[in-house]
Amino acid sequence: MIRKMTLTLAAAAAAFALPAMAQDPAHRPGEEAVDPYIVAEANAGVAPFEGTEMLEAFHGREGSDRIVDGMLDRSVADARIAEIFVATDMVRLRRTLKEQFCYILNGGCAYTGRSMQDAHDDIGLQPADMGALVEHLQDAMDAEGVPFRTQNRFLAKLAPMRRDVVTR
Amino acid sequence: MLASAIAGVAQAQSLIPDSRTGGKLLLTGGVSTIEGSGGGGLSTWATITGYGEEDGIGGNAHVTLVDLPDYQFRTAGVAVGLWDRVELSAARQAFDTGDTGALLGLGQGFTFTQDVIGVKIRLTGDAVYDQDTWVPQIAIGLQHKTNDQGAIIAAVGGQDDQGTDFYIAASKLFLAESVLVSGAVRWTNANQTGLLGFGGDANDDHEAQFEGSVGWLLSRNLVVGAEYRTKPDNLSFAAEDDWFDIYAAWALNKHLSVTAAWADLGSIATFDDQRGLYLSLQAGF
Repeated sequence: MIRKMTLTLAAAAAAFALPAMAQDPAHRPGEEAVDPYIVAEANAGVAPFEGTEMLEAFHGREGSDRIVDGMLDRSVADARIAEIFVATDMVRLRRTLKEQFCYILNGGCAYTGRSMQDAHDDIGLQPADMGALVEHLQDAMDAEGVPFRTQNRFLAKLAPMRRDVVTR
Repeated sequence: MLASAIAGVAQAQSLIPDSRTGGKLLLTGGVSTIEGSGGGGLSTWATITGYGEEDGIGGNAHVTLVDLPDYQFRTAGVAVGLWDRVELSAARQAFDTGDTGALLGLGQGFTFTQDVIGVKIRLTGDAVYDQDTWVPQIAIGLQHKTNDQGAIIAAVGGQDDQGTDFYIAASKLFLAESVLVSGAVRWTNANQTGLLGFGGDANDDHEAQFEGSVGWLLSRNLVVGAEYRTKPDNLSFAAEDDWFDIYAAWALNKHLSVTAAWADLGSIATFDDQRGLYLSLQAGF
């Protein structure tokens, strides 16, 4: 595994001379361009769970993806916070959030998005926005049938991100 | 120049959050204590009452009934939480001696009435979101209490018909475990929380007393748990016991909640084993 990664990085370094930027997250098909940034798993903001218990409770990568879609669909339909998403590249947001959830659930995904601070510092989210987002995530997890206590374990991982997500 | 000034003002305004209500998650504002502050039922929490986050205000009104074998205790109050920082509360308590009043020589239905004005300030921490640290949410507060039965209080050995309690409270939601833990230390000389006055012939000094509670989150709108509250024992005519309850708090939504408990208030004014149903309704935002 490590050997394979080293080879990949070596190949990337040879090709682009900037290994961390090798897979340019700014140019995924269907997404708008973004300012360059360093891709790192630490950008996910929290260490993943260990084992497979959490991922199974979220019904694997597919279930985790459905929860992201469910949360975002509810959010853009919510008059309290819909405005936040008007200027947002939803294609990219869905992809990076799905990566992030999968990464945190130890689903074997790489997170290639920006750090929480970097991703939110221009949006101007306020505390009530965070509350609304959490409620939509809870509703999406309910819809997926994730048990309440398991939901809370997941939310406990995300909760400290509020410091970077809420900027005013 | 004017344009840049306007732009500067606009930029400054964009940094100020809009005032919004209901930013907190369900039940995380707590319910109303018997003294009107936000918290559990008998114990004070470090939470600021209502559903306003740091960008909003919250408020609520509550009525509570504790039906005991020999007394009835009722309280009603209002409270506001300002930007999740400051809480102001006012409550009126009625301690109705009912038939027991005649046995105590006070007269049938004799009622002690006490007004409680409270202020609470959150110092640090976020009980809900700070899940990567053990540091709890911490608040300090005071409650000024005025009892309307000074003559009776003096007759039973009470030193004053008004008093002020000071407290520091720490609350923490252990979200990964779905458990809420809260504790408070209260400096008080109140007899039966002030319903029998303040200070007594046995002791007149403020003493540190403890209030603790635990809660298990069963769902987003239901928490069950237990509370314990120690109390002074200042009056020689009647021993005073610690209080205990087991409770369930259920939020219909962010505007209406019901708390039901079985409360053990021990001995009150020589009548032992005051155990009964605690029922509280809270409406707010």
